[in-house]
Amino acid sequence: MNVVTRGMPSLSGLTNRSGTTPVAPDTPVKIDVEGLQFYYGAKQALEDISIRIHANLVTAFIGPSGCGKSTFLRTLNRMNDIIPDTRAEGRVRIDGQDIYGPGVDVVQLRRRVGMVFQKSNPFPKSIFENVAYGLRVNGLARSKAEMAARVEESLKAAAIWEEVKDRLHESALALSGGQQQRLCIARALAIRPEILLMDEPASALDPIATQRIEELIYDLKKNYTIVIVTHNMQQAARVSDHTAFFWLGRLVEYDRTDKIFTAPAEKLTEDYVTGRCG
Amino acid sequence: MQTRTVEWFIERALFLCAAVSVFTTVGIIGVLAFETAAFLREVPLLSFLFGTEWTPLFANKQFGVLPLVAGTVLVSAIAMVVALPMGLLSAIYLSEYAPSRVRRIVKPVIEVLAGIPTVVYGYFALQFVTPLLQQFFPTLSGFNALSPGIVMGLMILPLVSSLSEDAMQAVPRGLREGAYALGATRMQTSLQVVVPAALSGITAAFILAVSRAVGETMIVAIAAGQQPRLTANPFVPIETMTAYIVQVSLGDTPHGTIEYRTIFAVGMLLFLMTFSLNLVSNWLRDRFREEYA
Repeated sequence: MNVVTRGMPSLSGLTNRSGTTPVAPDTPVKIDVEGLQFYYGAKQALEDISIRIHANLVTAFIGPSGCGKSTFLRTLNRMNDIIPDTRAEGRVRIDGQDIYGPGVDVVQLRRRVGMVFQKSNPFPKSIFENVAYGLRVNGLARSKAEMAARVEESLKAAAIWEEVKDRLHESALALSGGQQQRLCIARALAIRPEILLMDEPASALDPIATQRIEELIYDLKKNYTIVIVTHNMQQAARVSDHTAFFWLGRLVEYDRTDKIFTAPAEKLTEDYVTGRCG
Repeated sequence: MQTRTVEWFIERALFLCAAVSVFTTVGIIGVLAFETAAFLREVPLLSFLFGTEWTPLFANKQFGVLPLVAGTVLVSAIAMVVALPMGLLSAIYLSEYAPSRVRRIVKPVIEVLAGIPTVVYGYFALQFVTPLLQQFFPTLSGFNALSPGIVMGLMILPLVSSLSEDAMQAVPRGLREGAYALGATRMQTSLQVVVPAALSGITAAFILAVSRAVGETMIVAIAAGQQPRLTANPFVPIETMTAYIVQVSLGDTPHGTIEYRTIFAVGMLLFLMTFSLNLVSNWLRDRFREEYA
């Protein structure tokens, strides 16, 4: 199945404005980042990032290793908070609310902004319990039946239900790498977040498993705002509507994906996407 | 030529050093086995293992080791009741909560506890903890299982804490992030994800600690009394296997007598207990290493 041809039509009619957002008239801004600086101790990892990410689209972050794309992704659900000695300045608004503002409940934030990691990280529990975990800690299922229904729904949404429905109570660690990653996506979907952050979700997978994840991403954007970090440019071109190119902690260019890959405004972007640097 | 000669000597010298500890172990096991065999020629194995009276030093000699085993189990159990929860909680704090600055100070301080000579713990139990406990429990006798049990718990606390913390630190950060990303709190992440993932390592730490408690000698020899007694009452004097061995070794029991041989039989039993505990502990730790290799 070719995702590209299905993904492209929705891009028509977008135009670039001010470098911080490609305007998408039919979808509102979901995440609005203004002047974000990020530090690991004394070392600055992100410099003055401003970007507007739109709802119900897939936005890809590309750039060479160490350019800050993963760090930036992790500022969007404050996952960097758990790394000691880190500091963020600037504003990150989700639906208008500054997530670094005073009185923000990080636990509530992460319930709204789900995350899938580069290395699949299922808990050493059963398949069922992995998906049920987020529902349990957030008290989202009032009965056993509701729990079972939402686990099934999530596994179906992550396109893994057929493979695991007969062994829900076996250990999640017995699944293959691709299945584990889809289980982790199911786990993230179970609590029905509004935004799904994916940090190189297919980098450790074989091509077939990668294709399944990519198809899944395409299906999920109907209901979620998806931000995906990838160092695979073909993948960014296949799955995303918008692409942001990062270089040495700065956002170099942000535009419609087709524009980034065919007619980038910056020389640096062109050099990177054509493989001349990075 | 000369370097080769030097190398030859160095290699032999190093081998000798390594061999000494192997020969010592073999020698100890050999002596234990030899004397135990001599003991068992006079006392049937079953009446040794399952007899309920231990009076080898009296006129009416009974060789039932159960009272000593009961004493050992009782003191060790009290020690574990103290060391397990405190050790696990301090490991959770150090691994999951403490800022690295606090950890750098607290961890060495806890480990200092492990460097205190056990004789100090023994007198600490006898002269400080027992009188203190007697304020609350007037029926507590001067020698008892409770006080050395508690102090022994404090002594093995660093072992439990340190090894459990190592096991929790070995849990990949990704697992914690997975839990946080689902909106789990720090406590939920620690107790429901990190501890279960580190469970085999934590269990290995616990078993090793039990083994230490079972083999601990000085504290019980000083503060638990010398009365072999088949009881679960922690308030009365008891005697552990180790304390009995000390008692006989220090006395004037003539070599070659059955009384003298009892310490080897008890020692052999003690060795088998701690050895199997250590084996289980190692096996669990190896299994844990494979999971997150």
